[in-house]
This record gives sequence, C-alpha cells and structure tokens, in this order.
Amino acid sequence: MRYSLWMQATFISEKKYTLLLEGVKVENVRLVDRISSKKAALGTLYLTATHVIFVENAPDTRKETWILHSQISTIEKQATAATGCPLLIRCKNFQLLQLIIPQERDCHDVYISLIRLARPVKYEELYCFSFNPKLDKEEREQGWMLIDLSEEYKRMGLPNNYWQLSDVNRDYRVCDSYPTELYVPKSATAHIIVGSSKFRSRRRFPALSYYYRDNHASICRSSQPLSGFSARCLEDEQMLQAIRKANPGSDFIYVVDTRPKLNAMANRAAGKGYENEDNYSNIKFQFIGIENIHVMRNSLQKMLEVCELKSPSMSDFLWGLENSGWLRHIKAIMDAGIFIAKAVSEEGVSVLVHCSDGWDRTAQVCSVASLLLDPHYRTLKGFMVLIEKDWISFGHKFNHRYGNLDGDPKEISPVIDQFIECVWQLMEQFPCAFEFNERFLIHIQHHIYSCQFGNFLCNSQKERQELKIQERTYSLWAHLWKNRADYMNPLFRDDHSQTRGTLRLPTTPCNFLYKFWSGMYNRFEKGLQPRQSVTDYLMAVKEETQQLEEEREALEERLEKIQKVQLNHTKVKAKQSEPSKHSGFSTSDNSTANTPQDYSGNMKSFPSRSPSQGDEDSALILTQDNLKSSDPDLSANSDQESGVEDLSCRSPSGGECAPSEDSGKDRDSDEAVFLTA
Amino acid sequence: MEFSDLIRTGRAQAKLLRGPEAPPLRGTLCLTGHHLLLSPGPQATSELWLLLLRSVDSIEKRVASDSGTITLRCKDLRVLQLEIEGVEASLDIARSIEALSSLESVITSFPFFYRPKGLRLGDAWHFHPPERYYKRVARETNAWRLSEVNEDFSVCPSYPRAVIVPRSVDDGALARSARFRQGGRFPVLSYHHAPSGTVLVRSSQPLTGPQKRRCAEDEELLRAVLLGARPGARGFIVDTRSSQAAKQARMTGGGTEAKAAYPGWKRLHRPLERGQPLQESFVRLVEACGDLQQSTDSWLRRLEGCCWLAHVKEALSTACLAAQGMEREGACILVHGAEGTDSTLLVTSLAQLILDPLSRTMAGFQELVEREWIQAGHPFQLRCAHSAFSHARSKHEAPTFLLFLDCVWQLGRQFPLSLEFGEGLLLALFEHAYASPFGTFLCNSEKERCLCEVRTRTHSLWSGLNQPKERRKLRNPLYAPNPLAIWPSVELQSLRLWQGLFLRWIRPPEPSEVAWEKVWQIVTDKEKTKLSQPTVSASEPQL
Repeated sequence: MRYSLWMQATFISEKKYTLLLEGVKVENVRLVDRISSKKAALGTLYLTATHVIFVENAPDTRKETWILHSQISTIEKQATAATGCPLLIRCKNFQLLQLIIPQERDCHDVYISLIRLARPVKYEELYCFSFNPKLDKEEREQGWMLIDLSEEYKRMGLPNNYWQLSDVNRDYRVCDSYPTELYVPKSATAHIIVGSSKFRSRRRFPALSYYYRDNHASICRSSQPLSGFSARCLEDEQMLQAIRKANPGSDFIYVVDTRPKLNAMANRAAGKGYENEDNYSNIKFQFIGIENIHVMRNSLQKMLEVCELKSPSMSDFLWGLENSGWLRHIKAIMDAGIFIAKAVSEEGVSVLVHCSDGWDRTAQVCSVASLLLDPHYRTLKGFMVLIEKDWISFGHKFNHRYGNLDGDPKEISPVIDQFIECVWQLMEQFPCAFEFNERFLIHIQHHIYSCQFGNFLCNSQKERQELKIQERTYSLWAHLWKNRADYMNPLFRDDHSQTRGTLRLPTTPCNFLYKFWSGMYNRFEKGLQPRQSVTDYLMAVKEETQQLEEEREALEERLEKIQKVQLNHTKVKAKQSEPSKHSGFSTSDNSTANTPQDYSGNMKSFPSRSPSQGDEDSALILTQDNLKSSDPDLSANSDQESGVEDLSCRSPSGGECAPSEDSGKDRDSDEAVFLTA
Repeated sequence: MEFSDLIRTGRAQAKLLRGPEAPPLRGTLCLTGHHLLLSPGPQATSELWLLLLRSVDSIEKRVASDSGTITLRCKDLRVLQLEIEGVEASLDIARSIEALSSLESVITSFPFFYRPKGLRLGDAWHFHPPERYYKRVARETNAWRLSEVNEDFSVCPSYPRAVIVPRSVDDGALARSARFRQGGRFPVLSYHHAPSGTVLVRSSQPLTGPQKRRCAEDEELLRAVLLGARPGARGFIVDTRSSQAAKQARMTGGGTEAKAAYPGWKRLHRPLERGQPLQESFVRLVEACGDLQQSTDSWLRRLEGCCWLAHVKEALSTACLAAQGMEREGACILVHGAEGTDSTLLVTSLAQLILDPLSRTMAGFQELVEREWIQAGHPFQLRCAHSAFSHARSKHEAPTFLLFLDCVWQLGRQFPLSLEFGEGLLLALFEHAYASPFGTFLCNSEKERCLCEVRTRTHSLWSGLNQPKERRKLRNPLYAPNPLAIWPSVELQSLRLWQGLFLRWIRPPEPSEVAWEKVWQIVTDKEKTKLSQPTVSASEPQL
C-alpha cells in the first residue's frame, strides 16, 4: 500500500509538467521482455516533459516503468512488422526498452518527440531545474554544504609548512576549468604558477590532488606540457621542483603520463607532449598506457552488444567480453592507481599525474590512488568528497562526457563509469573495506546521467557558478546522505588491520580479480541477479539486533518497576514469557525463487502450461518496486538492484506477515496469485 | 608389501614454499607410508606440517649441485615446493613420494589406518541408508516399495542392496528389466516430489541394440512409474546424450527407449559433456588459473577455451529442465545417459536440490551426496584417481562430482540464504573425494565397499564433518529455510567462476575470511541479543 500512496505523491509533483506538454499518449503498446522475447506486457505509453512512462494494463498491478529523458542514450526505430512498429530505447543506465507500437504513424510521432526530448539544448530544460523534492530554501542550502572541500583539505593536514592555499585562480583568471581554491607548494610563487600554466594544455598547471600526511608525499595533477619536440619552460621546471621540495623525504618525483606512449608522442607533433627527463631535474618519467575516450566508448559499446546478444553460448559471451577489451581497460586504470599508491605510501615519493587535458584519465587515476591510500574515501561521506574533489571541482566535463545537453557524440565516453567500476572491483576484492555498498555506486552512476540533481551539471565549476546551480537545484549528496541506511555495507570493518590504511593489493598480477559487473550492466534484468541479497539480509539482521537491544532495555526498565511494585505486593504469579514478536525472523524466502526461467531452450518441450511465466515475472518485479521507495526517481524507473528479497516482511515494522503462514502456504495457491497478476 | 620397501630415504632437511602468500617453513622432512611430514625442529613455535601422500597429483624434480627442488602438485590444486638438501636425498624422496602416492590397493590406503581421537569406528556409516529415504517416501506415497532384489549385488553390481521401485512390479520383473539395461541399472526411484506427486527416476541406457530389442518388464516398469504418480500422467526421458550419440550407441548394443514401446513417455536429449573432454576442460581451467603472467585478454580467452562454465551452464539447465518438468508440468522424469553413473547422477541430484528444501539442509545435503552419488554407484575411485595436474592419464578420470559441487556453489551464490551449508562443505567434499583419511569416497560401488569392509574398518567422513568443531567452517550463517523451489538463472552473466575452489591457493585468502568473520559476528550478535532478552515472566501486578 505504501507504493500506491507514494505514487500518488509523485503524480502530484509531476502533474504540472504533464500538463505542459500537449500529452503524447499511445494505447495498446507492448513492452517486450528482453530475456525471452515471447513475453510482452500490454499497456499505455505516455510522454511527459521529463519522463517516458509505460503503464501496464494488467488491472491488479498497473506496473509502471518511468524513464527520464536524460537517461535516453539512443532511440532506434526498427522495420515495421505484422504486430506493429518496434521502437528500441537504450538508456545510459543500461536499461533497454523494447516497445511495439501498433500504428506506424504513432511510432513515428513518439520517435520524433523523443529525439527532441532526449537531446535538450539548454541547461534549463534539464530535470533538475524542475525537480522539487519539497525542501525549503534552508534545507537546500544545507544540502549543498554537506560536502565541503576546504574541510577536506584541512582533514589532509593542510595548509602546512610545505603547502598553501593559492588564490592565483581567483575569478578563474588563470584556468577556467580549475576551481578557485587550490593547494600548491609554498615555494611556488604566483609567477611560477602563471608561467607554468602557460606551458600546459588549457592552462591546467600542476596542483595538489591528495596529500599523504604520514610521509609528506603527495599526488599532484595537471595537463600535458606544451613541449612539442624541444620547447622548455623555466617556470614549469621550477613548479615541478617546488613539488619535489614540498616532500623533503624524497629527492625525486614521479611524473606519470597515463597515456600510451604512442599517443603522447603523436601529441608532440601538435606542440604538446610530455616532459623530457633531461630538462627537468630529479624526475622519473613513466607511461602507463590507458587508452583515450574514443577507445573506451567503443569498448563499452562492444561490451553492451555482448550483453544484448540473443541466447549466446558461454563461449560467445566470454569471447565477446574479451574482444571488447573492457576489463583490460579497467585493469589498466587500476594498475595506474596501484602504481601511484605504492609510490606514495611505500616509497614516499610524490607523483605528478597527467594525460592530455588532465580531466579524464587523470581524474580516474588520482581518485583510484586516493581510494587505495586513504580509508576516509572508503566511507560514505568520504567517497562523495572524493568525487567532489577529483571530478567535480577539477573540471571533469560531465556535460560533454555524459551527453546531458545535445552535443558532439564523439565527446561522450564512460570515464566516470569506469572509475565507479574500479571501486566495485575493489569492493569485490575487499568486502569489508568499504562503508557503502554496491547500490550506492549504482545510484551515483544513475544520477550522473539523470540530471535530477545539480551536482554533475556543466563542464566546470565556473559554468556551474554562472548558472547559479546551488540556488536553483538540489544536491545529490544530501539526498544520498538522508537515505544512507540503504547504502550501508553491513560487512564494513574499519577496525581491522586489513581495511585500515592503504589497501594491500596482491603482489602478483591477478587478472581473474577483474570480473564482469552484472549488477551494473544487467541491472534491469532482474532474472540474472542473485535472487537473494546478502547485504539487505545482514542489514535487516543488524537492524533487528538493535531493536531487540532497545526492546530489552525497555523491558529491563519495566522489570525494575515491576520488581519495585512487587516489593509491595509480595504475591508472585508465574506466567509464560511473552513470545517475542521477532521470533519469526527466518521467514520463507522470496517468491521469485519459485519462478523458473526458460530452461528448455528452443525445444518447446513443455508446450502446455508455460505461457504463464511471463506474467509471474513482471508481477514479481512490481512487488519489489514497492520495497525501496527511498529514492523515488529510481523506484519509478523500476530500478531495484537490491535483489528480490522481500525484506519488508522481515523487518520488525512489517511484522504482519507471519512466517508460519507463508511456509504453510500451498504452492499452488501461491502460483495462482501470480497467474492472476 | 611393506611401505618401507618404497621409502628410499626417510628424512632430510628441507624448506617448504607454500605459494606467494604463506611464509616458507624450514625443518626436517620425514616420509612415512602415508604422509609427508615437516617438523620445524624443537625450538620452532609452528606446528608440524603434514601432507597426505595420496593427495599428491604430480611430482616434478629438479636438482642443482648440492640440493634438489621437488614441486608437488596436489589433487586439491595446491602447489607446494620443497627445497631439499642433498641431491641424493632429494631424488630418493621424490621417487618414494611417487611410488607411495600412486598405490592402487584400497585396503592398504590410509583410511584403513586412520584412527582419530573422539570418533568411533562404525559411527555415521548408517546415517543415510536407502531404507531411511524410503521411510520418507512411504509417508508421502504408497506407490513405491523397497526391494532387496539386489541383496547380493547380483542383479546390478553398482547399485546398493536395497532400491526403491514401483510397488506393482515384482522382483522377478526387476531382474529381467536389469538385463535390458547397461550394467543392470534398471529404473529406480531417485526422488519423490510430494507437492506434485511426481517422481524422478534414474537408470542406465536400455540395451536396444541394432536389432531394436524390447523388454516387456522394462516397459511395464516405466508404465508403473506413470501409474504410480496418477492415472494418465505423462513422463519425460531426459537423455544426457545428443540424439545422434544415442543413436550411435545402438551399434554397440545400447540405445534409447523406442517411442512406441513406452506410451506416455517423451524423450528429450540434453547432451552433457562427460569423460575425457570434461577432464580436459578441468585441466585447462586449472592451467589457466595457475598462469599469473598472462594478460587480462588471454585470461578471458583461456576461460572461454576451457569451456568449464559452459559445462556448468549445461548441467544446471538440464537439472532445471528435469525439475521444471516435475514441479510445473506434473510429469515424471527418467534420467539416463549411457552408464547412468555420471551425468545422470549430476542431473538427478541437482534437480533435488532445486526442488527439495530438505536436501538444502546440512544433513539433507550429506544424505543427498551419500544416496545419489556414493550409493548410487558413481565410480569415485576411477573418476577421482587423478586431479588436474597428473600426467598419468588413464581414460577413466572425470570431474563429474566436482562439476556437481560447482553447480551447487552457483546455486548458493544465487540464493545465498537458502542453503544451510556454506562453501566450506563443498570444498571439503572436493578434497575428500580426491584424497581422504576417511573411507566414505573409497571404491566404486557399494559392492566393492562391502568386499573391502570399508564400513567396519574405516571412519565415515560424515562423522568427521559433523563434529562440533567443524560446524562453523561448514555452515552458512545466513541460512533461513526456504520452502519453495529455487530456480537459478542459467544466463551467462549469472554464472561465475568458482574462485574459492579454482583460485583457492592463488588469490590471497584474507579479505574473504575477514568478511566471513564479520557475517558470523552480525548473525551471532543477534542470537546473543535474543537469548539475553529478559523473560518478562513476572505478571504485571494489577495496579
């Protein structure tokens, strides 16, 4: 029931936008299930100013699928078939929607409208400017203050004897894609900084990304130098010296160029390039070989094509996965991060990282290294800070990379997606090292594309300031923080030697540690995910333990009172103890367990009674939709990566669902429920 | 024969390397009839290190001027390196290990000498007799009976003494049906699915032969199976070979059930890999896992090339098909391949795990392994003689049982709350199937075990595993009984490499152990809080 109430609330807030648009509404549309093409749900398609909504006709469920326009990646109109005109919508959060619209004309209309709606040209058209979570001004401002980078630099131990806050970029005078507040070595004068900035692509001069207070080593970042074949710049050389001097424990610094050597050399012909070890004293130069955004875009494309294959063999899948190169690229980013983390923590040597412009690969590598080095970034809040610092403030071009506004498709690339996947790969290897869970990562990925919150808008801090983002939109961080209970990793152990300090990675190269992230790339195919969620189960157990604890305290208090009273009344009556209402914790499992998929392949061995399966599936997905309403938009998009487990019947609040009833239930009646659904 | 004849050198000084993550051990190496020991010397704090010689799969020796290096590759996929002082000593030790680890005789094997403290001989051997399962079936249906037609193993040498058969078929008919089935494995009950009233039956292939022979008793037996379920019930024969392979089998006297001869039954072919190709797949996977120098791409290529995950997928989906036929279609299922001792058991045991909540408990799963693998005559001694490293290839090895354990692990990964046992039990079963101090996995059939007096002269693995100190290692702390069927996803994205087994000795173990500790802590915290609830027994005084 929670669901329907909640939906109503959303509808109210949506209503005015629905009215804005001259309502495209198409009836008798079929939504095809991707896994088994036999199944299709009949319903009505609505286009509003912000969402594509598909409402199923099935009277009991009226299952709704909501897709934000900003999530739409491609729309494909396929050849009209006898059943209608198929429309394929691919989303940036890896949802794939296949609709069959009866009339070719309607299909064309929807197609044309969506093309326009999915490619806004002005920032003001984006959802965050109309999204209103009903918070007052003060709450909104507080939300934006949740993550404070100056606090973060303080936490690192700055300013100190070696590093200072520089105001050289005040009003974005030196570099328009950098933030105004930057830490630089104390010995780097404004003259040196400005000089160095003129010798760097887009004037992105070396600035501090992370300071490791244990041994004074640091990670700095910049763009490539404009060295060409022989050019030099005294100030730039002095700048690197200043970084080295800021770490008295070491007599050299590493300069890490994250590009493949060939790419860097090609840049020299264009007057850019990399540092010549002969010109800079006391540097050790290193190429790492992460491919550029175009290679990454194609790689993801190839991997998603593998996921879309219709009934592939295991060999097709693994071959395709290998061929896409995706995991190789993930490993390259991780290896770069590991190299830097080791240089800083083990050798105590500072590192300057750059790629070409220093806003893609550099951001990936710096943030992976920081995550390995500092347990703070592995907490919920710390991770937000990390994204705020290395991505948002240092001018990662969110708008271009994630295609928020209509732009050059060649600029689009899954740069931050790769970073998020790196974090997941680390979480898989160190299940206790992170305070947050997989769902947190998936929701962040979703909102990078959703444009529902202002955090990831534009390409730089400067643009965001000009747009007055903080006054006109809401912050995602506050939203995630408010619902943090959903994002906690129950296995998190900040007390363990293994999770404190730098994460210790195996010394041997382990390829098998990198796995395909089904939870992200197949997150909308619920059938593929584990049917029960350990995370949710353990969270529920923890919650229950706490409740029991509280209950016990209350009971003890009461007992005390009673005993006092009993001192007066000496009569004692023995009675059975009150059965705990939580005793039914180990209730039956989720009911999806009871839904087989199509195992017979194309053999059609059981022709008689199978067709009901489809309905069961969707009915089940709907029931999960009801569960997690903490993130309204995500729920609306039928996004439930948490697994199918119906925890509501476990959690103490939903205690009405008695376990005995469930387990005693006749399976057939169970099935019947699904059939009618 | 005396073991001492095979031991050329009893002891030597050595250093033991146990992989990249564990520290090396130094001490005196001793060789006994069944074990390799490393004693770290009196002043050392670390304990005696012990290796069962039977678990050595392959041995490789290299000598330098005054020392030798022996690489031992074990059946549980561990790789150990011994650096031994003295060329002569190291060669002697290598030869001795080689000889002792490949002894064929069952009754001189270690289980016949193993007498652990706290266990009594004969315990737990009678945990899971067929009679006990029959009691359960008899409570659910009256259509089946326990037959002792195989009392002296003369009807079917690979079946146990007692089998469950349709009540309406007498022992004479069973014996005649047995003559029509390869190795005498006539159709017997594997599992009765009470909610649908259907049954899972298994056998070997019928001996149809090129002449298309028939056997009236065999046909009657299968008719009785359908009638026992309900009048008009249908059945599916899941043949684990391709239809072509099944046809070809006719040339050598085997074949499949002719449609006309078995009304009500329909044949489905689901080819499963078996025998040598399966063993090769295992070998190639282990090779790929051991190669740490390769690139990510070549790792994926090799993972694909070995086809192991494809076999997992096929096995699981065939089991699902069988289970679906019973639970959803209300049909009876007969499973067989050729001999009916390998992929047949794989399918029947997995189907039960999917359908039967009892088989997902600790005791139920052990019962399932005992009943559907050990007593059902999976030839463990032949199949598990060597693991993935051995160069001595005979053609009988096949990791069918390992494939079963892998499929169970996949089920556990997809339903982390529904199995009472954890990965620990699966790993233990893998280890013990290949080399064990217990007698449970010895020999190829119940008949052989009787001849060797395994039951009276060795300890049962189940009594070893069910000791209280082992429980925590084997149990799944997240278990919550799930009364429903668990339908796994067999899509490629849903299946994973079982790292806990294949990379057990390669990946660093700590992170997963730390996580496991935490899971236990969360769960036991709750238990404790629950127990410490004060009993508000005191009646509230009327105020």
